[in-house]
Amino acid sequence: MQMQIIKDREIVEDNWQHLDDEAPLTKGNITVSLNRWQEQHDILSKHQDGLGIRLSGDDPLEEIVPDLARFQLVVLIFPAFTDGRCYSYAKLLRERYNFKAEIRAQGDVLFDQLFYMSQCGINSFELANPNRLTNALSAFDQFSESYQATVLRPEPLYRRR
Amino acid sequence: MYQYDKYDQAMVDQRVAQYRDQTRRYLAGELTEDQFRPLRLANGLYIQIHAPMLRVAVPYGMMSATQIRKIADIARRYDRGFVHFTTRTNFQMNWPKLEDVPDILAELATVQMHAIQTSGNDIRNTTTDQLAGINADEIEDPRPWAEIIRQWSTFHPEFAYLPRKFKIAIIATKEDRAATQLHDIGLRMVKNHDGEVGFEVLVGGGLGRTPVIGVQIRPFLEKQDVLSYLEAILRVYNRLGRRDNKYKARIKITVREHGINHIRELVEAEWVQMRQQLKLDQKEIDRVKAHFTEPDYETDAASDTTFDEMLAEDQDFARWVKQNTVVHKVPGYRAAYISLKKPGVPPGDITSEQLDLVADLADEFSFGEVRSTHTQNLVLGDVKQADLYALWLQLHAEGLATPNINTLGDIICCPGLDYCGLANAKSIPLSKQIMQRFEDVDYLNDLGDIKIKFSGCMNGCAHQSVGHIGILGVDKKGEEWYQFTLGGSSEADASLGERLGRAIPKDDVVDTVGQLLDAYVELRHEDESFLATVRRLGIEPFKDRVYADANN
Repeated sequence: MQMQIIKDREIVEDNWQHLDDEAPLTKGNITVSLNRWQEQHDILSKHQDGLGIRLSGDDPLEEIVPDLARFQLVVLIFPAFTDGRCYSYAKLLRERYNFKAEIRAQGDVLFDQLFYMSQCGINSFELANPNRLTNALSAFDQFSESYQATVLRPEPLYRRR
Repeated sequence: MYQYDKYDQAMVDQRVAQYRDQTRRYLAGELTEDQFRPLRLANGLYIQIHAPMLRVAVPYGMMSATQIRKIADIARRYDRGFVHFTTRTNFQMNWPKLEDVPDILAELATVQMHAIQTSGNDIRNTTTDQLAGINADEIEDPRPWAEIIRQWSTFHPEFAYLPRKFKIAIIATKEDRAATQLHDIGLRMVKNHDGEVGFEVLVGGGLGRTPVIGVQIRPFLEKQDVLSYLEAILRVYNRLGRRDNKYKARIKITVREHGINHIRELVEAEWVQMRQQLKLDQKEIDRVKAHFTEPDYETDAASDTTFDEMLAEDQDFARWVKQNTVVHKVPGYRAAYISLKKPGVPPGDITSEQLDLVADLADEFSFGEVRSTHTQNLVLGDVKQADLYALWLQLHAEGLATPNINTLGDIICCPGLDYCGLANAKSIPLSKQIMQRFEDVDYLNDLGDIKIKFSGCMNGCAHQSVGHIGILGVDKKGEEWYQFTLGGSSEADASLGERLGRAIPKDDVVDTVGQLLDAYVELRHEDESFLATVRRLGIEPFKDRVYADANN
């Protein structure tokens, strides 16, 4: 059964498969770990459908920067919602490394963190509790402004007042 | 002081709505304890021994009379008619109901107050000097910069789930009344060789279990770069700070483990990339500064003669003026401390009735503004000398004029085991006993500047490791014992206190303070402070006195 996710503020069917390091390659859109990407770089480069990479805060972000153009999806893993490292990863991917494709939050992804995640440039979400997807859409409008320069509003409030 | 515009107000109002919904979902069972905890902490709500504790932000210690009245009103209606001011210039209420907190926050929002990021692993309230803007020695008023930092740090989406809490303090004088060397980041306004004003940046200071004095990461930062540099430090910390052990998660440990040189390289590399994007423009700096213009000081305030007459006439008044007021940059004005350290009252506590009086006095004598201090007192910053006597009479009548600022009686104390779920030992009752034992104002005056800092556990909320006399409650097999340190300081000459010896049983704590004071009085040179005496002689003579007596 296809899982539902939130993408660009809409509930959509997920059309990606997250492959374990041991799982055989399949057709369709797949994501792999940084480890697998580095070990099977040549085979994966020839993958016909969408290719994505999964990163956690333990993975050195800078190592995949030269390969970013090859990915249609970067999955950022939140092992616990209190682990905030990937907020910085998302912001760097968008602002410094100019990554335009999908950035997805996976793991302990809860309603109450969606607003901050979206401001950092994450645009799709696999919620830890997929039963609450409809309610979750309201999270993106909890605040009408941010003081800071965010990915969604690159000019800080002090330039817009 | 700063006034919200529609953006500031909307953000605080939306925060109340967000937290109201979070509380509702928690009470309905939709959020687990673990899921709710960081959300309530980011709104200042702890769960303590007896009840929740709500910590409300007082950004850089500035409050209006209107805000003070609202605080009094809230404490009366939602709590037990008093609040407790903290070492980071915030205040706490010890008895609110969890389900009332959204209403309390909504009421606070009507007077431009909030409890945002007063706890949790985020950027906390930025603190400053209680004499900011009124001190002749300062390079520039640091409060506009504290406000600019407040806005940048409020709801920063990237830094809401840091490895650990993060505290910033900013000063603009050589004297350090904000303990900048003991903050995660300390900003000190300085002039460079060309006479331009900027910031010296310190990083990695902190108290708690592992007290560390901050080190310089950058000698001079141009003012318009302050946000980009802060953001660079925070990003490096967010990525690098340890998340496997909360006792090793503060940036002081990150700096220690990686070395300041490596941290500096990482920060500078990060900074050059974002420097342009976050550069502050003069328009914004001017906009914020316009909120901190000087009030309409009377130009002839110094020509008053009644002040000198009253000083000569009333000894008690003269004593209070000497101990509890300080010189102001404008001739004829003084800043007056309101002591929240009356013997018998928990340090930092103030009742609703007293708050109402303070609000009235602020309106009458000090342009309607009140400041809270790192030492858990209040200040009326702009009082004409001609008004001091009338002010003193009213403060005195309400128990707010104990002439003990910066004396032994001005103890910094945490809530301790009376309220706090983390504490190992009581701190308030013993602080009260110390204050009562050494109540004689002439004696206190003779002893001069002695800072006692008293914490009920090694988390060190009262900063005992930088007390001239530090007292730390420890638990030994279910009994409360107290570890003394001597010679610490949180000021410009910051240092960590040295352990006096084995812990002291509860019943001997007040006597031990007495022995230390006796030793000091015997050993000091003329006009030598307690701290200077300890630094000159080391702790040995004090140790001998305390433990020799104990062995008799």
